[in-house]
Amino acid sequence: MEPTELERIARQIRLRDLQAVYEAGAGHIGGEMSVIDILTALYFRVLRVWPDQPKHPERDRFVLSKGHTACALYVTLAKRGFIPEEEISTFLQPHSRLNGHPNNNKVPGVETNTGPLGHGLPVAVGMAKAAKLSGAKYHTYVITGDGEMQEGSNWEAIMAAAQFGLDNLTLVIDHNRFQQGAALADTNDLAPLRPKLEAFGWEVTEINGNAMSEVVPALEHRSSRPHCIVAHTNKGHGISFMQDRVDWHHKVPSKEQYDLAVAELSEAI
Amino acid sequence: MRRSKYIRPAHLENGSDKPRLTTSAMIASIAGPDQPTKPAPFGNALAALAHKDDGIVGMTADLAKYTDLHVFRSAHPDRFYQMGMAEQLLMMSAAGMAREGFQPWVTTYAVFASRRAYDFICLAIAEVMLDVKIVCALPGLTTGYGPSHQATEDLAMFRGMPNLTILDPCDASEIEQAVPAIAAHKGPVYMRLLRGNVPLVLDEYGYKFELGKAKLIRDGKDTLIISSGLMTMRALEAAKHLQKDGVDAAVLHVPTIKPLDEGTIVAECRKGGRLVVVAENHTVIGGLGEAVAGTLLRAGVLPPAFRQIGLPDEFLEAGALPTLHDQYGLSTLKVTEAVKGWLSK
Repeated sequence: MEPTELERIARQIRLRDLQAVYEAGAGHIGGEMSVIDILTALYFRVLRVWPDQPKHPERDRFVLSKGHTACALYVTLAKRGFIPEEEISTFLQPHSRLNGHPNNNKVPGVETNTGPLGHGLPVAVGMAKAAKLSGAKYHTYVITGDGEMQEGSNWEAIMAAAQFGLDNLTLVIDHNRFQQGAALADTNDLAPLRPKLEAFGWEVTEINGNAMSEVVPALEHRSSRPHCIVAHTNKGHGISFMQDRVDWHHKVPSKEQYDLAVAELSEAI
Repeated sequence: MRRSKYIRPAHLENGSDKPRLTTSAMIASIAGPDQPTKPAPFGNALAALAHKDDGIVGMTADLAKYTDLHVFRSAHPDRFYQMGMAEQLLMMSAAGMAREGFQPWVTTYAVFASRRAYDFICLAIAEVMLDVKIVCALPGLTTGYGPSHQATEDLAMFRGMPNLTILDPCDASEIEQAVPAIAAHKGPVYMRLLRGNVPLVLDEYGYKFELGKAKLIRDGKDTLIISSGLMTMRALEAAKHLQKDGVDAAVLHVPTIKPLDEGTIVAECRKGGRLVVVAENHTVIGGLGEAVAGTLLRAGVLPPAFRQIGLPDEFLEAGALPTLHDQYGLSTLKVTEAVKGWLSK
């Protein structure tokens, strides 16, 4: 699938995500808007997956470590055919399997339970190591938030991935510059991320994570070392009044804001 | 500026470049003098099992030697992973390997698994019922190194974790039997480990380990001691001493802390008029003692008296292990005295 087509799908996913959060009255819309281009590129171009066989042994593994943006993953999985598209309207409803954080026990296509930050990358290291031991050819991708990189468990995993020579592992850091309560720069500022990953022995690519023409080749890149993509993104990307505003981490739009956002996203489609 | 001069330690002289390791404080044996022991029962059992099962992998946070996993490392170097001093990564990469069909056996000290990696074990392993075996040395008071290394509350923490099977084995023969049994059980297991030269106790009683089962090791009409881990060894020794004083003590060994064999415990406690004593190498809060107490209350079984032998609700002192076991009431002598005292009242 070509970048222009992927961009169109990403806009549709943004629109459906916005609707789902508005209807549910909860969600993490800012970080969902920042990561949706990467999710789209993964599921509609890069990952080898079979929606009718979510446990296919040869599937590429994808772990969404920033699990609070589960809704964006659900919408992407639905659009790709893992779950029914109409199920998105059950997001956060009682007895729905689409909970606030993705659960592998419940939702086909969700590889790993996440939610507590700092869980996805070390599990992905285990998956990539398992492939080395078994000879399996799948590639393992994981997306973390940039604020999430403050969790020490990530750096334990980064150390080990280099030590074990995991060339079958790609980490994407969704570098939208905001965490739950403040800007990254005003918290424990990890930027610039590139020299830190390089110092640990990783190959690092920096891209505009909201530009499909940069996202796709970075995800398809293969290295002799573990590969980190520092994806510079915008929190709330695609919706003007949300963009780069920390309060849109998990704010829910009013009716007026919702209509405005729908209009902006629809215009782009 | 004054600089201190490096002095070559004496043990490096005489042509040897190998430091002489003295780790007696860390790996202090719980075996009594002249007690039969077996070396590294866990490491040997796992290495043997892995010859038959190529899905078994061994992983440690730089504690292979002190968890007996070095035996597995020697036998199966291609399936051994040194994860470095990174307990969160240890648990999570084990979760990743278990997701891909391997059966990881991870080792560290009980303090690190419980206090440092709890969140990771809970959500990445237990919630999804992954087949990861967590085997941890230095449970309870089995080192004199003080609170940093004494996992006095690990059972209390792990009992609260759904899906987790918890074992507190007594001796070398039980560990040897437990390894294949928990390998056959598909799901997460936490096993407290006795390592090094581990006493052989239960073979004398013809004991057979069964996952989830409490076993009456000896019967007696005056008191019932319910115990797990090394305290079963102490209870059996105490029972022999008590016998000489005309006290008839039964010992019910409970190696599986969770799920608890409530049926056997209730049935034994129902058998008439015995003082019930629960003995455990753990704080009296949240371990076997309180688990048994809750079980009995729920079943409406009230023994004439209920007492706990266990560690106090405090951070313990450092020192020589036998001294500490006397101080905190875990030694055979102290168990014997305590039971006699309670029976005389």
